[in-house]
Amino acid sequence: MKELRLMKGNEAIAEAAIRAGVDGYFGYPITPQSEVLEYLMMERPELRTGMVVLQAESEVAAINMVYGGAGAGKMVMTSSSSPGISLKQEGITYIAGAELPCLILNVVRGGPGLGTIQPAQSDYFQSVKGGGHGDYKLIVLAPASVQEMYDFVETSFDLAFKYRNPVLILSDGAIGQMMEKVEIGDQKVRLTDEQVKERCPWATTGKTTKRERNIITSLDLDPNKQEKFNHKLQAKYKEIEKNEVRFEEIQTKDAEYLFVAYGTSARICQKSVQLARAKGIKVGLLRPITLFPFPAERLLELSKQVKGILSVEMSAGQMIEDIKLSVHCNIPVEHFGRMGGIIPSPGEVVKALEQKFL
Amino acid sequence: MAENSINTDIVKEENLVYKKTSLLTDKALSYCPGCGHGTAHRLVMEVVEELNAQEETIGVAPVGCSVLAYEFMDIDMQQAAHGRAPALATAIKRLYPEKYVFTYQGDGDLAAIGTAETIHACNRGENITIIFVNNGIYGMTGGQMAPTTLPGMKSSTSPYGRDVKSMGNPLKITELVAQLPGTYYVTRQAVHTPAAVRKAKKAIKKAFENQKLNKGLSFIEIVSNCNSGWKMTPNQANQWMVDNMFPYYQLGDIKVPEE
Amino acid sequence: MTEEIIIAGFGGQGVLSMGKIMCYSGIVQGQEVTWMPSYGPEMRGGTANVTVIISDERISSPIINEFDTAIILNQQSMDKFEGMVKPGGTLIYDPNGIVRHPERKDVNIYRVEAAAEAAKMDSTKTFNMIVLGGFLKIKPIFKMENVIAGLKKSLPERYHHLIPMNEKAVLRGSEIVTEAQILN
Repeated sequence: MKELRLMKGNEAIAEAAIRAGVDGYFGYPITPQSEVLEYLMMERPELRTGMVVLQAESEVAAINMVYGGAGAGKMVMTSSSSPGISLKQEGITYIAGAELPCLILNVVRGGPGLGTIQPAQSDYFQSVKGGGHGDYKLIVLAPASVQEMYDFVETSFDLAFKYRNPVLILSDGAIGQMMEKVEIGDQKVRLTDEQVKERCPWATTGKTTKRERNIITSLDLDPNKQEKFNHKLQAKYKEIEKNEVRFEEIQTKDAEYLFVAYGTSARICQKSVQLARAKGIKVGLLRPITLFPFPAERLLELSKQVKGILSVEMSAGQMIEDIKLSVHCNIPVEHFGRMGGIIPSPGEVVKALEQKFL
Repeated sequence: MAENSINTDIVKEENLVYKKTSLLTDKALSYCPGCGHGTAHRLVMEVVEELNAQEETIGVAPVGCSVLAYEFMDIDMQQAAHGRAPALATAIKRLYPEKYVFTYQGDGDLAAIGTAETIHACNRGENITIIFVNNGIYGMTGGQMAPTTLPGMKSSTSPYGRDVKSMGNPLKITELVAQLPGTYYVTRQAVHTPAAVRKAKKAIKKAFENQKLNKGLSFIEIVSNCNSGWKMTPNQANQWMVDNMFPYYQLGDIKVPEE
Repeated sequence: MTEEIIIAGFGGQGVLSMGKIMCYSGIVQGQEVTWMPSYGPEMRGGTANVTVIISDERISSPIINEFDTAIILNQQSMDKFEGMVKPGGTLIYDPNGIVRHPERKDVNIYRVEAAAEAAKMDSTKTFNMIVLGGFLKIKPIFKMENVIAGLKKSLPERYHHLIPMNEKAVLRGSEIVTEAQILN
């Protein structure tokens, strides 16, 4: 039997990183995600696997350490919470522009500005629409349980290396801080430098006489070349949209109404589905697991079945824009959410559904 | 055409007295004639060649005039965001402790926008080499004031001269990092005369050797010129550097390990 | 079976660790568990509360505002959570420091004088285990052996010698819990 542990989401991410054979973690403390760095420091991964863990002088430095490590072909990651993720945007756009694989975790808290340390989902736009300057996309995974926090570390690195693209795990303070049962995977052995060279022939592992030098850069001053490169990026994102959409459906088969929610909101909506069905309202839940790529196709199908969609987000309504685009405005799409660190209750969500559609 | 103009009576292997290192590419340097960057590039690559370390060396280029350093150095390189080169180098070195890792940065990159990364990489004593080319101006963006622009010195953003009351004093970041326990070897060099070039190369070589010995961070400032930014001929610029820059940024070792 | 519980009191009363022991006990029994704390500055010396959900099935919302059981250990928590117990649900409280006793007529109310008992046992650290014992008497959702196993998983090995004392406290709690109001 697999080992079961009771862990916080933040701790699960950290343990998963060690177990997945991650080479380097670079972070900076910020509530509500400091347990990631704390856990790693406590666990002495340098002794367990040789993993490098470093507390950087800032979020900016941390993401640029990730940039350096990723350019050298290593499995590297960072984590932060909203204000810190804003600081990291510079590094993230460089990483996307240099087409490097890495993992970034955002344990979202309420904003704008210093905001609050309580959970929110108000970083959706920043996560799925790029975040920094330039036309780029991150692959965005939205865990809804501590087990998924654990599991998505390995998934993220698989995707990151498959597409040479940064992957963002978009979590929030609730999932970061809560504890649940986690099934712990086996310890993977970190790749050797030779294996890194094989997996990443493009990386700065030291120029040999057998190949041209490898250069990691996002700079090309020739607009024609730069446009060509941008087309290449866009083609990659299309490919990702084609192959990597993930979502979960709960009681959608006979649904007349649909909740769309991710992460913590999706957990709340699961309960709202139960409460609403007890009242005789046939409602289902579609939970996007990938936010980019977004499950647009499935939503379009469902829009032919249901009478209305309620987007439930801990924000002023951000994902709702993608839902509307997905369903081509076939049916009414409404938003319900709380902001500033307040988590909606399952009952509130049902009430909102009734008010907007019934 | 070009081949026809070479006098093959003279250009013969046995007549060669000087040859560029094979670790510099054949790409024509993008630097202005008279600029110190070309010499500084050459010295770093000569050192890598002498250490037979092409396969063992990873460089990090900055944002600034030397943003395209990777076009000229025939080694694996990464191009950092403005000021962040020491952060990249930190990770690369920690993940590849056996490699030589260096950053090559200008004054705006290292001493303004990247001050935090510079100070903290130095303070942690990262086992890397930082090559810091200081010409007192932002060359690439067209001659704006740098953290190292001298008092009274004109630039496009200090057109009446740097007024230290409102614009601050030039930052002697090299003296500053020498204070930190993490730095092992800190020196200030120049590349304007053959003698200076020889000394600078010796310093760079020592810095790379320090990495092999796990000694901590070596920091080499090279005071250089910017004839186009300073709006002078190359000769005038070198003379101006000797007369004005050197008194403020005095050449020589600032922190030398006790052997 | 799904049991949705709020445990609320002062920081330092062992509110969070009591929730953890419950979760570990559930894991030992093969159940799904969720432990959702309040976090942030309010935890510094102020009130602390944790929502614990134990279920045979996949747990939906970790954040709820209606509870099967509220375990209330100070006045602030009484004021905040008394109204959130489901009708017909359970409220367990330690009267120590309580000036306004529960007033709901539609819930079952129990008292466990854990603070006083812990003082008598000369072991204030077992306070939360006495409360847990009281809870388990009313809601026997964990077998005692699974609670002990949960304690073992929850406590670092260097504290395992304290397990017999904690077991004693749980048993004592189940003895001293009293009915204050039982619905028909």
